[in-house]
Amino acid sequence: MFESTFTWNDLQFMLQGAWVTILLTVVSMIIGTLAGVVCGMARALLPRSTIPLAWVLDVFRSVPLLIQFVLFNALKSIVGLNWSAFAVACVVLGLYVTAYCTEIVRSGVLSVPLTLRRASRSLGLTYWQDLRQIVMPMASRVAFPGWINLLLGVMKDTALVMWIGIVELLRASQTIVTRIQEPLLVLCIAGLIYYVMSLVVARLGARLETRWQEND
Amino acid sequence: MFDYNFHWRAAFKALPDMLNGAWVTFETAALSMILGVTIALFLVFMRQGKNRLFRGFAATWISIARNTPSLFQVYILYFGLGSFGLHISSWAALLAGITINNAGYLAENFRGGLKAVPDTQLRAARSLGMSAPQAYRLIVIPQLLRIVFYPLTNQMVWAVLMTSMGVIVGLNNDLTGVTQDYNVKTFRTFEFFAIAAVLYYLIAKLIVAVARLLSWRLFRY
Repeated sequence: MFESTFTWNDLQFMLQGAWVTILLTVVSMIIGTLAGVVCGMARALLPRSTIPLAWVLDVFRSVPLLIQFVLFNALKSIVGLNWSAFAVACVVLGLYVTAYCTEIVRSGVLSVPLTLRRASRSLGLTYWQDLRQIVMPMASRVAFPGWINLLLGVMKDTALVMWIGIVELLRASQTIVTRIQEPLLVLCIAGLIYYVMSLVVARLGARLETRWQEND
Repeated sequence: MFDYNFHWRAAFKALPDMLNGAWVTFETAALSMILGVTIALFLVFMRQGKNRLFRGFAATWISIARNTPSLFQVYILYFGLGSFGLHISSWAALLAGITINNAGYLAENFRGGLKAVPDTQLRAARSLGMSAPQAYRLIVIPQLLRIVFYPLTNQMVWAVLMTSMGVIVGLNNDLTGVTQDYNVKTFRTFEFFAIAAVLYYLIAKLIVAVARLLSWRLFRY
C-alpha cells in the first residue's frame, strides 16, 4: 500500500518549481514595494491630488488576479511586446503588490502624529529631513507587520500564474500527478513546501518585529 | 506594432450568459461565507475550550488554511480526494476550498474580536441571570459583530475573487468559467476577459456599498 513511484527526480522538479515561486515572489515584492512606497507617500502627503491614483490602484484589488493575468497576457500579444510569461507575471504581481503596499504605507505614514512632525520642523529640520529621519522610521514600524502579511499573501497568490503557463510549485506537482497518478501524496508534499516557506517567513518577520521594538 | 481589431460586438452578445455566470459566482461566494462564518465560530470556541483534541484540530485547520494557497486547497479537494474514491464535482471542490479558507481567516478575525469584548461584559450578563447561550447571543455576539464587520466585508470580496479559481479545476458556469468557454470558442481573449473584469469590479463595489449601508443601519445605536 505504501509503495510509491515518486522518485528523487520528482522532488527535485518540485523544488525547482518552488524556486520559481520564490523568485516570482521576491521580484514582484521588490517592484511592488518600491512603487508602493512612492505611491503610499504621495497618498499620505497629498491626499487630495492623488485621489485618481487611489481609484486606479483600487481596480487591481477588486479584480481577480487570475483575470488580471489573462488580460495582461492578451494585451501583451495585442500590443506586440515580446515578453516572456515570467515577465508578464512579475509585472502583474508587481502592480498587485503596489496596490496593497500603497495602502499599508499610507496608513503607516498617517499613524505618525502630526504634532510630532510639527515639532521636528520647529526644531529646524527641513521637510525632507523630517520625512526621512522622523516619519520613515516610525511609519516603517507600523507598516512592517502588514508588509509581512502581504509577502505571505503574494507567495500564496503566485500559485495562480500556472494559468499563463509558468511551471511553479503547484504546476510542477500537477505535472508529476499526471505522470504517476498519486495526487494525494504529491499534493501533500507541495502543501508541505508551501507551509514551510510561509512558516519561515512568518517566524522571521515576528522575530524582526520584536527586535525592532526592543529599542523603542 | 498595433494591428489588432477589437471585436466588442461578439463580446457584448455574450453579456447575458456572463451575467448568469456572475450570479453563480455571487451565490457561491455567499454560500461559502455563510458556511465559513459558522465553521469559524465553531473553530474559535473549540480553540478556547478545554478539550485538547478540539484545540489541536482548530489550530491545525487555521494554520493550514492560512499558510497554503487557496488554489492548493481546491486542488487537494478535487484531485486528492480521488485517492479515497471520493469524486466530487468541481463546483463542490471550489466551494469547499473557499469555505475552508474563509473559515481559517475568519476564525483569526473572530478571535481578535472576542479579545476586544471585555470579559466583564460576559460576567455582568451572567450575574444578571442570563444563561451562557443567552449571554453570548445577546451581549457578546452583537459587540463582536461590530468589530468584525469590516474584516467580514473584506473576506466576502475575497471570496468573490477566489471563486475565479474554479476555472482551473474545470468549473464552467461561474463568471470566469463562462468567459473562458467563450474565449476558447472565439479566441477573443482580451474582449471577453475585459468584460469579466468589469463585472467582477462591479460585484466587489456592490458588496462594499451594501456593507456600508448595512453598517450605517445596524450600528446606529
